[in-house]
Amino acid sequence: MDFDISADQKLFRATTREFLEKEMPLDRVRELAGSGTGFERGWWRRGSELGWNSMTVSSEAGGDSISGEGVVDACIVAEEMGRLVSPGPLLGVNVVAAALSEAANAADHADTIAALMAGEAVASWAVYEPGHGWAPLAPTVQATTDGSGYVLSGVKDRVDSGDQADYFLVTAAAPDGPAQFVVPATAPGVTVTPQQSLDLVRRFARVELDGVAVPGTGVVRPAGSIEDAVNRQIQIAVALQCAETAGAVERVFEFTVQWAFDRYTFGRPLASYQALKHRFADMKLWLEACQATTSAAAHAASQRADDADELASVAKSYVGQRATDIIQDCVQLHGGIGVTWEHDIHLYLRRATVNRVTFGTPGEHRRRLADILGV
Amino acid sequence: MTQQLSDIEDVESFRLRARAWLAGNMPRLAPGQPDSLEAMVQLGDAVWPRARELQRMLYEGGFAGICFPREYGGLGLTPAHQRAFNAECARYEMPLVLNTPTFSICGATILDMASEEQKRQHLPAVIRGDEILVQFLSEPRGGSDLAGATTRATRDGDVFVLNGSKIWSSGAYAADWALCLARTDWDAPKHRGLTMFLVKVHQPGIEIKRIKQVGGSTEFCQEFFDDVQVPASDVVGEVNGGWAVASRQLFHERNAVGGGSPYISGFTRTRRGPGTGALIEGVRTTGQSGDPRVRELVAEAHTISRVQQQLISRISAGMRTGALPPPAAAIMRLFSGESATRLSEIGVEVMGSNTVVGEAAGGPGGVVPPEASRVGEGLDYGVSFLMRQAGSLGGGSTEMARNVISERVLGMPREYAADRDVPFSQVRQGR
Repeated sequence: MDFDISADQKLFRATTREFLEKEMPLDRVRELAGSGTGFERGWWRRGSELGWNSMTVSSEAGGDSISGEGVVDACIVAEEMGRLVSPGPLLGVNVVAAALSEAANAADHADTIAALMAGEAVASWAVYEPGHGWAPLAPTVQATTDGSGYVLSGVKDRVDSGDQADYFLVTAAAPDGPAQFVVPATAPGVTVTPQQSLDLVRRFARVELDGVAVPGTGVVRPAGSIEDAVNRQIQIAVALQCAETAGAVERVFEFTVQWAFDRYTFGRPLASYQALKHRFADMKLWLEACQATTSAAAHAASQRADDADELASVAKSYVGQRATDIIQDCVQLHGGIGVTWEHDIHLYLRRATVNRVTFGTPGEHRRRLADILGV
Repeated sequence: MTQQLSDIEDVESFRLRARAWLAGNMPRLAPGQPDSLEAMVQLGDAVWPRARELQRMLYEGGFAGICFPREYGGLGLTPAHQRAFNAECARYEMPLVLNTPTFSICGATILDMASEEQKRQHLPAVIRGDEILVQFLSEPRGGSDLAGATTRATRDGDVFVLNGSKIWSSGAYAADWALCLARTDWDAPKHRGLTMFLVKVHQPGIEIKRIKQVGGSTEFCQEFFDDVQVPASDVVGEVNGGWAVASRQLFHERNAVGGGSPYISGFTRTRRGPGTGALIEGVRTTGQSGDPRVRELVAEAHTISRVQQQLISRISAGMRTGALPPPAAAIMRLFSGESATRLSEIGVEVMGSNTVVGEAAGGPGGVVPPEASRVGEGLDYGVSFLMRQAGSLGGGSTEMARNVISERVLGMPREYAADRDVPFSQVRQGR
């Protein structure tokens, strides 16, 4: 994150880094890749004790940040997770817990929020639908009224950590317009099917809702008041996603620079060739720019700044594209080893690619930005 | 975060005071003028006397030299105060031509490297608007190999006698004093035989020729020195220690060109690549608002501009906290060159055939004086595109910036130099 973070934020970063390096080194990530699940619940619970899921939750609902800027603090965790391509539902849990805590009926969600903060429960923002791109305000999942509650039918897919989620934040078309609901994975009519995923430990799933009854207390945002809430969810999701990507790119850049010093051809290190030095200079520029725009988006989201929506799309459209450019360039600079399963760089390329195209592609965010700017 | 010192004015109170003072004292832009840069461009050569007047007004109002120390006529405030002031003065006529190089490069270098007498002689005069500064650095033999300068300064008692030529000095014809790098020892290796001088620009023996650029501007100059007498008291730093001064000057130049200088005052937009507002207006007037491809390009242009500002904040903070070394200013410089390239490309792509015509008639050979085209008008995008590479050349080429980043930020090996540790007189020179 920023160069000038506080002593408390540095401590939070250090404890998170220490925990991840000890409990989730890359060897462990590779082991999990071969297992049935992308992450272990016990591990997630222990990490959550460090405060990973409390930063973006409102203080009324029991949340607590380090610096007063909760999204910035949560981004510190995301960045560290990116450095080690950690598994875990950080994005979904933070987005959903924040959304529940900011709902008018937050009290109805108190138990869920507490379980999410403690790492006892996992939640995911189920936002994509089969056959559609990034359209968080245009659901085809239907919500029909049934007494004081609703009945949801339809399909969400590309649901982040969907196979492990206990709760889904679902946007559905209610009679008066799109509304948001929290749906337990155990509710009758919910069928979760894991999807094969590009990332080795960031798993996605398809979630079918077949006449799922949601009580009135399960409403997060009633029709008519959803747009600001969804924009807020985008702010948090994009900030966390870009921070994770920035952490991943930072780590890849570090070991690629080291490689350039260590690898010799024609009797001299790669780092001595001007043609390569200039590429490293460009990558350094892009990396710093990725970190700068991520930080700006995180601060704007934390401060609920007027331009927070704009800066979210600025960050996503920039970082999404540049991050994969940098990592692909680093693959090239590694030579043949860079495209082997054995080398770790593909773990990072997978994560950066997934982060590039989910929660809006750079192009989708540029089109959103054009709307925001009133082009 | 900037440390708030108890004895300086709070930024918000400074902002409000500046707002009130600007409203009561500085000339407002006419409704037809998009911004203060445009107002400046339209003046042509008259911009320089006008800049002196405007600077004098700022000085008398107590808003000049915001980040320069009080003992040299400044206000001794922080970059945060300067940013607050810059945000307030967008709709006023401002002496923007004095920003670079006078304040942000030459003034900053004098502050860091000159003697107490020199600082007292020049800085208050600069801040009052009485003195305009220019850099005499590049030479016709090459711009990037600055330490290979062949302008000769020969000591003769209390004076040095200067012979040779300098080039690419912006606005030299209107300046009063120059920071001039010259060779004083031809037997030392190239970096160790240079001396920096403060040279009076208008004096016997100095001939100034103006250079016309592709876009029609004649701001760049070339100077010819014929036995120019420079008092030894005008040496900046040590005799044969000029490279240390020049290095500091290059740091300030990268900072200024990259957009990170705290000595730049007034609303700042480069003329290359009109702002997003102008581009959106252009999209509307050319009926392209519904074209998704055009909408994405506008969003990309906006993203580049926002990320540039965000990067400047980040790199400045990195240098301030010591997390990044001073050469990291080259990162900002590289971004500004690359962004200028992409923005001018987007301008031509979006405005299409509109970029070849303007309201005012062009001069002979299709060369359009910049004052004839309005910022944001189609033709302005065309002229910006012709001048596209200037953003990757002026202020040190982007190739040099890439060398600096890889060698002095990432610590990679220096490029091989055939003239390293060789007496300069034995270094091979081209014709």
